Amino acid sequence: MRLLSAFLFLPAMAAAQDRPVLTAMTYDSFVTEWGPGPELERSFEATCGCDLRFVAPGDAAAMLSRLRLEGPRSEVDVIIGLDTNLMGAARESGLFTTLEGMPATDLPVEWTDSTFLPFDWGWFGFVMNRNMPIPASMAELADSDLRVVIQDPRSSTPGLGLVMWMKAAYGDQAGAMWERLADNILTVTPGWSEAYGLFTEGEADAVLSYTSSPAYHILAEGNSSKVAPIFTEGHYLQVEVAAKLAGSDQPDLADDFLRFLLSDEAQKVIATTNWMYPAREVDLPEAFAGLPRPEKTLFLPPDQVEDLRDAAIDEWQAALSR
Amino acid sequence: MALTFDATLIRMDDFRLIADWQIGKGERVAILGPSGAGKSTLLMALAGFVPLSAGRITWEGQDISRLPPDRRPVAMLFQDQNLFPHLTVGQNVGLGLSPRLRPDARQRSRVAQALAQVGLQGMEARRPAQLSGGQQGRVALARALLQDRPVLALDEPFAALGPAMKADMLDLVTKLAGERIVLMVTHDPADARRLAGQTVVVSDGMAHPPAPTARLLDNPPPALRAYLG
Amino acid sequence: MAGRVVALIVTLLTLGPLALVAWRAEGGWGADWPALRFTVTQAAVSAGLSVLLAVPVARALARRRFRGRGALIALLGAPFLLPVIVAVLGLLAVFGRSGLLNGALGVAGLPNVQIYGLHGVVLAHVFLNMPLAVRLILQGWQAIPSERFRLALSLGFGPRDIARHLERPMLREVLPGTAVVIFAICLTSFAVALTLGGGPRATTVELAIYQALRFQFDLGRTASLAALQCLICAAAVLLAMRLSVPPGFGKGLDRVVAFAPPGWRRIADALVLMLATLFIASPLAMIAARGLPGMMDLPQAVWAAAGRSVLVALGSTALTVAAALALAGGGRGMGLMATLPLAASSLVMGTGLFIAIWPFIAPERVALPVTLLVNAVLALPFAYRILAPAMGALRADYGPLADTLGLRGMSRLRWLVLPRLRRPLGFAAGVTAALSMGDLGVIALFAAPDGPTLPLLVQQLMGAYRMEQAAAAALLLVLLSFGLFLLFDWGGRRGSDL
Repeated sequence: MRLLSAFLFLPAMAAAQDRPVLTAMTYDSFVTEWGPGPELERSFEATCGCDLRFVAPGDAAAMLSRLRLEGPRSEVDVIIGLDTNLMGAARESGLFTTLEGMPATDLPVEWTDSTFLPFDWGWFGFVMNRNMPIPASMAELADSDLRVVIQDPRSSTPGLGLVMWMKAAYGDQAGAMWERLADNILTVTPGWSEAYGLFTEGEADAVLSYTSSPAYHILAEGNSSKVAPIFTEGHYLQVEVAAKLAGSDQPDLADDFLRFLLSDEAQKVIATTNWMYPAREVDLPEAFAGLPRPEKTLFLPPDQVEDLRDAAIDEWQAALSR
Repeated sequence: MALTFDATLIRMDDFRLIADWQIGKGERVAILGPSGAGKSTLLMALAGFVPLSAGRITWEGQDISRLPPDRRPVAMLFQDQNLFPHLTVGQNVGLGLSPRLRPDARQRSRVAQALAQVGLQGMEARRPAQLSGGQQGRVALARALLQDRPVLALDEPFAALGPAMKADMLDLVTKLAGERIVLMVTHDPADARRLAGQTVVVSDGMAHPPAPTARLLDNPPPALRAYLG
Repeated sequence: MAGRVVALIVTLLTLGPLALVAWRAEGGWGADWPALRFTVTQAAVSAGLSVLLAVPVARALARRRFRGRGALIALLGAPFLLPVIVAVLGLLAVFGRSGLLNGALGVAGLPNVQIYGLHGVVLAHVFLNMPLAVRLILQGWQAIPSERFRLALSLGFGPRDIARHLERPMLREVLPGTAVVIFAICLTSFAVALTLGGGPRATTVELAIYQALRFQFDLGRTASLAALQCLICAAAVLLAMRLSVPPGFGKGLDRVVAFAPPGWRRIADALVLMLATLFIASPLAMIAARGLPGMMDLPQAVWAAAGRSVLVALGSTALTVAAALALAGGGRGMGLMATLPLAASSLVMGTGLFIAIWPFIAPERVALPVTLLVNAVLALPFAYRILAPAMGALRADYGPLADTLGLRGMSRLRWLVLPRLRRPLGFAAGVTAALSMGDLGVIALFAAPDGPTLPLLVQQLMGAYRMEQAAAAALLLVLLSFGLFLLFDWGGRRGSDL
């Protein structure tokens, strides 16, 4: 029995007591052995003289829920992995504090926010097999016979990203465009993994993901059959951000860690584990750096997302419910 | 008097049964009456499965009407389901000594002895399904004897046996019961005679006080006469 | 007494979290009527169809003896235990756009069938739940005392009379309870409904709860939607209790009489069994085929996760079976309490428990114990449904005898309940263990990053693009769940001649 309880409680108990502890909340795929977490932990702890601990309560939306449930008593010092669609809600919660002295970032859009620090970014895009007819625009996709699988904007950030993409590209015509696209949408999944699984199983011709997704297949699998076509309407930008909790009891260590996130070393690790573009110019493998990039970047500021969101989701729902 | 039904009333929906009489130690009492009159219900109330609506049942002056079945001075044989089919004969009988069923040598020999008394020596290891109906009745009787309760309540447990075998069983009960009170539900006047003691007639919502069986059957009151036909 | 304590704990664990979420709510209340309508419709159709289709399969299994019958009965346990995403991908491999069925239709020059829509949702729910219904109904058939069959045959009853006098009264008791369990399972369906429903038409209440909790952080709406779900479930349970009539077969001995009518009924039974096997086995075979290639290079982390999951499953099983026995001993009224956890949104349960635990201890620290406890509660309805009828019959048959002999507490368990209920106990333990292996609903919010359970790891592998390894890890999960199920189920059936 003692053995059992030791086994059940073990993960949380193993920790050094004397060093300061920095608690970083992030989404679960960040901390798996295939994500950037383990590598970042190793190299940051080598220099900080501290104990970096990750807490991963689910996806990005789950993190924010949990921080709000925890309130000001939270032990979390920094959060890694909110995205631009959640930033508005995160700012409203009042849990985060402004940052100073952070390195400059290189993004396709100008970034002026001083609370949320970008650490990687990507363009939403559709991933498909090279041997299919490749559409050159959202409109061409809508007119094609391709069947795509997308995510639900009510439960998934890429899903919400697509809704915003449509809004940014088509404005008042977004509803009409959704109706044109409706017969191409094979189905809607609750999250990214299910959608991507349906695509790799061959059930769908294309899946909503990122334009950088083919880099994984090329670099990790040596498979160059997957492409993400570039659309003439432009591609919607997703920026992943980190932030410091106002209630952190290790504010300086938190600043150090956020700076570290933007170091060359950390940026390379993040790019090739998250398969997103780094927030600062760093050398990337050719197969990744050489991927086609959109000519036009679409982006709605977080406060505007917050205002548009409910109406845009209703529009999406109405068009797809026909 | 040992066992007293003290103005007891059993009421269930439309059914009513009143009993108000006593039985002395070592008496043999047959409970006779038409089916549906409440013979079994009377025993069930005594054994603790049917609550009383009024009155009480006492044993040597102590009220037992609120005790759980196993704390009453009653060992009961039901119409059927008297043995657990998944337990051996030895285990079934052993339950009469202790529900914990971890017999020591002394208890084991008592079980063997009880089985011998009912004519089933050495059958401890059998399962009930391997026995005849008569043998199953004997196993149940052996257990009831080991329970060592001052009242032995029989709810027609031998009804399914042939006349000769039933007579044997009744004789066995009479012989082995000793100082115990025996209360036996039956619908057969011959059983009552064989038990050779007193008889309670149950009819029309009333369990009549016990009367000597032979006199009762030779000169039946109207209710009994209607039943005997 | 024990039954009442357990009922209280279960109610507390089911409704307590909901109350805590409501207590933290600042906003108003809200409902989502179209989602509610779709949810109830798909759940009702799924439940109705599952039991309707299960009856002929259960009857064929009850009255025929053939080689592989035991294996088929065991196989019936499998679909029910599949993690949702694994089941969906398996079904799509057969019924999907590029699945086996459409491939065959294409070869035959026939038009394709489209799985996405209400019928797809129902198909998936029937695949997942009909086998469970077969097992529950089969128990009902086995509970008809063989004496009744013998009597019926000696009176010259034909199959039609047997159906009328023996089978229909039995079904009248078993079907409502079985249907209500499946209804409640489908009520909280989320990923299956959305993915196979083909889009936002197929929005369920559970999705609305997810949206309210995660994306809107609207705790008031979350709590009211969750409460609505519980109310519908409670209404269904009460309705089922009214509809269900105990058949009153009375006591019986232990031998089984097979009543096997010859002629066209024999052929029909064979056909029914073949179709059911095909329907159940083909998606399972596709899941195995998907997972096998990756089995060789599973990452190390998978084995630790598997060990953790097995431990959690065994712990939950012990808790659940004990709780189900206590509840089943407590009489008919316990049915409502024992079914309620089915309607509990695991998301709300996780959030509520988090609110309860957070002030006292770091949630990561208790992630696995909480998972164990929650899995135990969520599996309870199944264990209860399996044990309650057998327990009722046991009480009717041997209750008075056990009472006069003073068999109670441990003695009663050891000498009466365990030996007499061996078969349903094994089945219940198997279902519980397998269910606890598969569940991940609650642990997410608590997650200890160092110690994922196997289902969580499957999800993480998928999130890291590693679909092949995820498929292999999922196959391992299915094999382990099914292995645990078989072990318990076999243990229960072996040595039980009942």
